[in-house]
Amino acid sequence: MTKIKSLFISLVLTLGVSTAIAGSHGSTHDLVKERGKLMCGSNTGLAGFGAPNDAGVWEGIDVDVCRAVAAAVFGDASKVEYVPTTSKVRFTVLQSGEIDMLSRNTTWTLSRDVDLGLEFVGVNYYDGQGFMVNKSLGVSSAMELDGASVCIQVGTTTEMNLADFFKANGMSYESVPVETNSEADAAYTAGRCDVYTTDASGLYASRAGYPDPSAHVVLPEIVSKEPLGPAVRHGDSEWADIVRWSLNAMIIGEELGITSANVDEMKSSKNPEVLRLLGVDAGYGAMLGLSDDWAYNILSQVGNYSESFEKHIGPNTPINIQRGLNALYKDGGILYAPPFR
Amino acid sequence: MSATTIQIISRSKYYNWLVKNLFSSWVNTILTVIALIFVYQVGSFFLNWAIFDADFRYNFQGELIIDRGFCSKNIMPGEYGACWAIIFARWNQFMYGLYPIEEAWRVNLIYALLPLAIIGILFDKIPFRRYFIYFTFIFPFLAYFMLYGGPGLSVVGTNKWGGLLVTLFLGVTGIGLAFPLSILLALGRRSKMPIIKSLCVVFIEFIRGVPLITLLFTANVMLPLFLPDGVNPDNLLRALVAVTLFQSAYMAEAIRGGLQAIPRGQVEAAQSLGLSYWQTTRKIVLPQALKIAIPPIVNTCIGLFKDTSLVLIIGLFDLLGIGRAALADMTWTKLYYEVYVFISLVFFIFCFGMSRYSLYLEKKLKTDNS
Repeated sequence: MTKIKSLFISLVLTLGVSTAIAGSHGSTHDLVKERGKLMCGSNTGLAGFGAPNDAGVWEGIDVDVCRAVAAAVFGDASKVEYVPTTSKVRFTVLQSGEIDMLSRNTTWTLSRDVDLGLEFVGVNYYDGQGFMVNKSLGVSSAMELDGASVCIQVGTTTEMNLADFFKANGMSYESVPVETNSEADAAYTAGRCDVYTTDASGLYASRAGYPDPSAHVVLPEIVSKEPLGPAVRHGDSEWADIVRWSLNAMIIGEELGITSANVDEMKSSKNPEVLRLLGVDAGYGAMLGLSDDWAYNILSQVGNYSESFEKHIGPNTPINIQRGLNALYKDGGILYAPPFR
Repeated sequence: MSATTIQIISRSKYYNWLVKNLFSSWVNTILTVIALIFVYQVGSFFLNWAIFDADFRYNFQGELIIDRGFCSKNIMPGEYGACWAIIFARWNQFMYGLYPIEEAWRVNLIYALLPLAIIGILFDKIPFRRYFIYFTFIFPFLAYFMLYGGPGLSVVGTNKWGGLLVTLFLGVTGIGLAFPLSILLALGRRSKMPIIKSLCVVFIEFIRGVPLITLLFTANVMLPLFLPDGVNPDNLLRALVAVTLFQSAYMAEAIRGGLQAIPRGQVEAAQSLGLSYWQTTRKIVLPQALKIAIPPIVNTCIGLFKDTSLVLIIGLFDLLGIGRAALADMTWTKLYYEVYVFISLVFFIFCFGMSRYSLYLEKKLKTDNS
């Protein structure tokens, strides 16, 4: 039987993958409710974004999006099964229906959104490629990096962005090619290159692990757009809405100053938007096919965006990332959720 | 003979051995000294790092280490060695993955019973061997029930399994399932029936011509796309299928080597006695062929056991994967050496055990044949 199976697989392999991708999967929302838990594609381990802690509990800002969706659907943020995915298998795992949503620092690009049959529902972290140098170099801007040696992962968008940036500014660099991010990190700490470049969040996470983090500085220039956000399968708008508004609820929660600590007091607030969000004014949950207290559950169990950010990657954590672009639009960032009405 | 004489004799024995093997000429003496210095340097460096200057659960100030900031080497850079606290803190994950800790006794029980389940097939001169063999056949069902759950036990999905549990599960089950399959494949490849023969040849050559990593991707990524909606075979099960197919192809070739070493006369003699094909195979050919093939079989088993760490790339937390996840946790990040040295040690213990067993078998078979 196994022979037949493997023959079958090889046969289909030759026929090509694209024709075989099945379209409809039924309503994801119903499937999730029936199953009683949310299957969420997570990272295999990325500090601050998604990794199991010593007790085996998943933590991170990407993980918090999964928890928010579970809180919205079940009223219980813990009803999530995490499926660790690598960057190579993450999209197929989602396409095949093995997971209900993917929340693992994935950049929203046109081809992924359109060609891969995914639907990105929002951005939970605005990232971008940055540069890190040793403070002793005395460099304060990426424009001063002419002639520097740069540790760079081969075959990545990072590599192309680097070339573009230096070319556009008429500067030259010497590339020190490495295979993986941790190798680049090791090469940089060993002094094989002056500059280490990757997504800024990765630079902060790496720096947090150095014996003396304050000896390294991440330069202010960000040379690419890397909006990271949760994705669902294309073609199930109802489910996409639920995931999108679960994330939005966290952001709106921050806008309105609702935290996990004061969410109960806020129920008696006079602000109509707060009342709509927390389900005191009924009717909004039903539009999504959820109970009216769905956003209340998110904010009381997971907290608002700011709480999640501060807890996992903010300045008080070893990763030490400033809000920057990820601050609310009214605080100088670009984080913005459509109105809740 | 007094005690001193014995001492002198034995000392001179060592002395002779030393002179003969290490100091027989000037060149050898110099090489020996260089090698000794090298071994001393590396060995002392490693021992200092791993044991004498290392932190285990407490740092040099006597505090319990709860994150990497407490490691002596991070408090006093350059003065201290390894910080093994990460292994202690993550011990459960290294052993069971994300298996619920209150259910971990089930895994422990299976770990404890595993030696009993395989001892019967590894050694033929143990007392009550027959009962051990019976147990070997019951064990897979028992292990499935205990690990996965069922009536009376809560179900623990395989996505919660990890660490040594996944490594051993894939290694032991893969080898166990591949063994009978590989015998059939090896026999099929030597069969005179064209369809069976060509099927076996195609299967073996296809699997051997493809890296395990590709098979894993196929099993993990492609398979679900072709199956009906909602049918998602377990992730671990898919990896197990890939690992089993891979191992069976390699083992089949090892066994075929053994089959080819059996003189044609043996089969002809059996046939002239009126034995059927299966009788000949079972009673005459296979016992001899497997004996010959044991060293290469064990060799492929060691290879497979190490290859199981490839499942990391399809998102399964084997021993290596769980180690990498530990390194991704801000609490412990950057303790690369500790984690990788520990994982190497675990793999070494199992692979070295298998290699010793193979040597033992070779010795045993030698005396049998002489």
